Formats: sequence, structure tokens, C-alpha cells
Amino acid sequence: MSVSLVDAETVDDAADQAERFRTLAREQLPRLYSIARRLVGRDAEDAVQDCLLKAFQRFRQLREAAAGPAWLTSILINCCRDRGRAIGRSPQQVELDEIEEFSLFRKIAYEDPFPYSDSLHLDFLDEFGSEDVRAVVMELPLLYRIPVVLVYMDGYLAREVANMLDVPLGTVLARLHRGRKLFEKQLWDYADTHDLLRKAAR
Amino acid sequence: MITCSQATRQLWEYLDATADEATRQAIEEHLARCRVCCGELEFAGELRRFLASSAGDQVPDGVLRRFNETLEELGP
Repeated sequence: MSVSLVDAETVDDAADQAERFRTLAREQLPRLYSIARRLVGRDAEDAVQDCLLKAFQRFRQLREAAAGPAWLTSILINCCRDRGRAIGRSPQQVELDEIEEFSLFRKIAYEDPFPYSDSLHLDFLDEFGSEDVRAVVMELPLLYRIPVVLVYMDGYLAREVANMLDVPLGTVLARLHRGRKLFEKQLWDYADTHDLLRKAAR
Repeated sequence: MITCSQATRQLWEYLDATADEATRQAIEEHLARCRVCCGELEFAGELRRFLASSAGDQVPDGVLRRFNETLEELGP
């Protein structure tokens, strides 16, 4: 076999690889961007750009085309982690103990912000626009925000998230649990500080 | 029978079907007797739908153009 033939094959193969990567990436861009917006807000564009470059460098590691979307997502999450460390305040241990016992359901029933309503829990959720939900999610520490966004907003299974993050399933379930509790508490605090309830009751 | 606080702690796992069989049974037994926790369960389901239905962001045109420029520059 002549050297030039091998070279030509290698070039062909590389061009082919790049084209296959472009096809996969273009198709996944809307989803990747949407996840990145939820994970790192304004840094989403940069996180996706990082992801595209990193994923292309490692594209040969992807063995099965069907695994492409999840593979890209796991790279994106790492890029978001690198960019998003500063966002989200970590709760103190005392707060976490308090949060374990928090129930938004009981809080709404007890505070009764809509005295004439017979569906006050739904009324409470109705006060939140998509901007409000995004703001509340962004307040979660990244550790909890990642599984909450992936499982409850993007429909991944906890098991898949465990694979992406390379941690045991039990760890993901524990973070999901705590993330949900924090989310419930922050929904209430947000409604309270942004006057959502007083406006609604008027 | 498990307490309300034990039951509510695992309601989402119950909804997600990630609770083990013994936990499922304990929760169902509790729910059969406790109206407050039934309300908690219903609300947990509503909260799940609420999160799932919150719309994702569209890629703005300018951002999409820059992504495509990056993709075009890749490769040989």
C-alpha cells in the first residue's frame, strides 16, 4: 500500500468524522442550549461553545451514534460545572436540616394566601411565570441544580444522570431529594420577597 | 405504620418509581389512612408537572449563527 493512499484515506476519514459531528451537533444545539441556560444562565453560550470544541476533540471516543445526545449532554454538564461554580449560594448545614422538614404543601395550606380559593396550591404555582421559575432554579447550588434540571425539566432518568456525572445512583437520588426540598423552600421565599402572593390576593 | 414525616420524605421517590418495594408498600399503607399526605402526594405530582412544563429557551439567532461558525471551522 502506498503512503499517499493511506494519507488520502485518513483525510477522507477525518472529513467524514467532522461532517458526522456537525450533523449531530446541529441537531442537538437547541436542547444543549436550553439545558445550559438552566444550568448557567447568561454563560450558556460560552458553555455550549466549550462543549462543541471539547466534544469534537473527543468525537472518536463515541462508539455508538445512538449514544450521541447523552454523550454531548455529559460533556456540556462538565463545561457548565467549570463555568458555573460561582453561581448559586451553598446552604449551611443548619439550613439543610431545616429544609429537610420543609413542606411547601403544608406551608401554603397554613399561610393560606388565597382565602377564597378552593385550589390554593394550584393558584400558588400559577403565580409563577417562566422567568420566575428560571430565577428560582438558578438560586439552587449547582450541585443540586444539575440533577433537578436534567431529571425534572429535561426528562432524564436518575440512572442516566448518575452515568453522566459518574457518581453512584444513590448520590444522584440524595441530591435530587435535597434539590427538590430547596426548590420548594425557594419557591415560597421567592413568592414572598417578590410580592407574588399579595398581588394575587388583591 | 410509618409517620407522616417519613412518608413525605419519600413521596417523590414513590412518584419517580425509584422507591424500593418495601418503601412503596409502607407509603401506600400510610396514604390509605392519611388525607394530609394524600394532599402532599397530589401536590408533589403538580409540582413535577409544573417543572416539566416550564418552557426551555430558544437559541437566539445571533447565538445560533456563532455556533454554526464554530462548527464550520472544525475538522480538516
